[in-house]
Amino acid sequence: MTTSELSLDEAIFTPPEPAPHQVVTPTAKPTTTLRISLATLGVLLALWWAITTAGLIQPLFLPSPQAVLAKLWLTATKGYMDATLWQHLGASLFRIVTALLAAVLFAVPVGLAIGLSRKARGVLDPLIEFYRPIPPLAYLPLIVIWFGIGELSKILLIYLAIFAPIAISTATGVRNVDPSRVRAAQSLGASRWQLIAQVVLPSALPDILTGIRIGLGAGWSTLVAAELVAATRGLGFMVQSAAQFLVTDVVVLGIVVIALIAFTLELGLRALQRRLVPWQGQMH
Amino acid sequence: MPNSPSLIVDHLSIRYPGSGSNEAALHDVSLRIDADNLVVALGPSGCGKTSLLNAIAGFVTPTFGRITLGDRDIDGPGAERGVVFQDDALLPWLNVLDNVAFGLKLRGAPKHEREARARAVLAQVDLAGFEQHRVWELSGGMRQRVGLARALAADPQVLLMDEPFGALDAFTREQMQELLLRLWQQTGKRVLLITHDIEEAVFLATDLVLMSPRPGRIVERLSLHFGRRYAAGEPARSIKSDPQFIETREHVLRRVFANRSVSAGS
Ligand SMILES: Nc1ncnc2c1ncn2[C@@H]1O[C@H](COP(=O)(O)OP(=O)(O)O)[C@@H](O)[C@H]1O
Ligand SMILES: [Mg+2]
Repeated sequence: MTTSELSLDEAIFTPPEPAPHQVVTPTAKPTTTLRISLATLGVLLALWWAITTAGLIQPLFLPSPQAVLAKLWLTATKGYMDATLWQHLGASLFRIVTALLAAVLFAVPVGLAIGLSRKARGVLDPLIEFYRPIPPLAYLPLIVIWFGIGELSKILLIYLAIFAPIAISTATGVRNVDPSRVRAAQSLGASRWQLIAQVVLPSALPDILTGIRIGLGAGWSTLVAAELVAATRGLGFMVQSAAQFLVTDVVVLGIVVIALIAFTLELGLRALQRRLVPWQGQMH
Repeated sequence: MPNSPSLIVDHLSIRYPGSGSNEAALHDVSLRIDADNLVVALGPSGCGKTSLLNAIAGFVTPTFGRITLGDRDIDGPGAERGVVFQDDALLPWLNVLDNVAFGLKLRGAPKHEREARARAVLAQVDLAGFEQHRVWELSGGMRQRVGLARALAADPQVLLMDEPFGALDAFTREQMQELLLRLWQQTGKRVLLITHDIEEAVFLATDLVLMSPRPGRIVERLSLHFGRRYAAGEPARSIKSDPQFIETREHVLRRVFANRSVSAGS
């Protein structure tokens, strides 16, 4: 007679085959995947080592892992191009962190406004959609003409790369807030501001964090590319100048460090996501 | 209840803008919810039950007619009308206690005061000891009780419930119905509850309103006493096996079918 009884019936008639899969995979999958990934990495390293030690490729084209490790020690202590590896790394991290903070500070309110108000959406949406698809390096020259080749230009470029994904995800999150959550708060007497601060914003948090993850990925690629063009410090600069002098081990070292930082940022953000929005994927 | 003005729905019609059909979602519905009453609106889907409740809650503006609580016209949501939703609509970043205290927090009540109140209401809905739990780890029935506690903690004059037990299994649903009657008895709150479950409607209602779709309207009103009997201490089993209960249920069933060849349960 009632829907719940009907749905009980449906449960009886659903074929039982899929169930065992669903029970087995969640526990088995993560560890197996991790093991396979580690094994792949190990095999790659071993191949790299074998090919270079056997002398199949000249060090100019691909230096051995040992040489890169040795270079790591050298750049970390003595430095390369007037700065140690840490100083290059520090310069890059400073730029991305500054740009990220500025982007979060401005993009979240902009995203909120787009999600909440038709007018704000009408004004801001076309602006963001206009510049978002342009590769940042395409407008770097313009930014250099306007702001010079100093830190400001680089940070601004990264900022722009991070801004759009965060603003767009925030707006999406705001528009997807469960309407009955909003109504529940309204019928508990929430004012408009209370509603935004205590219901809408926390509801959109999972999307905001996803936006930050996407933005940070885009920002990091833009950063390295920007440093290739105009900089005296930074990982991108280090790789670029090493390439000009055919110091291949520094090039490889730089690339590995860039990859490791990107990977660490991603893992850190995922951990943050699990901490801040543990309910994601658990409701409904 | 001395401080408890009546809620009056006066010739209410609702027509949604832009909906293709000419049919009103709700046509000329009048209703009162007096102190102490538990009004149940029963009808198949699409007969305007949710529209009625949303208009009273202030989520939807009436096309015609007016709704008043005491001498005040209703023109938007307000804390004097508590709402319990079918999907619990809880805030997952708050624990159970903070969810229940949320309304008091919005009002600016001091922390110790709102927590004391929330604890007391949680005990009323049999959830003492669950204060620190995360809401998404609770069962559907428990979440629904948290939603009920959240509405009660704000001490509204009317409790509006839109198919609050519709998503629960049959066993939990009966427990929740009995809990609701006990709370209703203890707090003396007026309740408007919406359901499409005939037995639930007959068991709970002091005033049963039968609705029919196209256009959504009231087709019959019954005054019942089974809920009061439960609240006065008679066991639910004995009430539900009472021939009078069975006869009323069958009568309502016939009326629902007479007004529309309803597909079972919808
Ligand atoms: N927001 C809306 N916009 C347009 N039509 C709606 C809206 N909400 C409900 N309706 C229509 O109004 C009628 C009554 O709906 P509703 O009040 O939800 O009934 P019930 O809760 O009894 O199922 C239905 O025909 C439904 O399609
Ligand atoms: Mg409904």
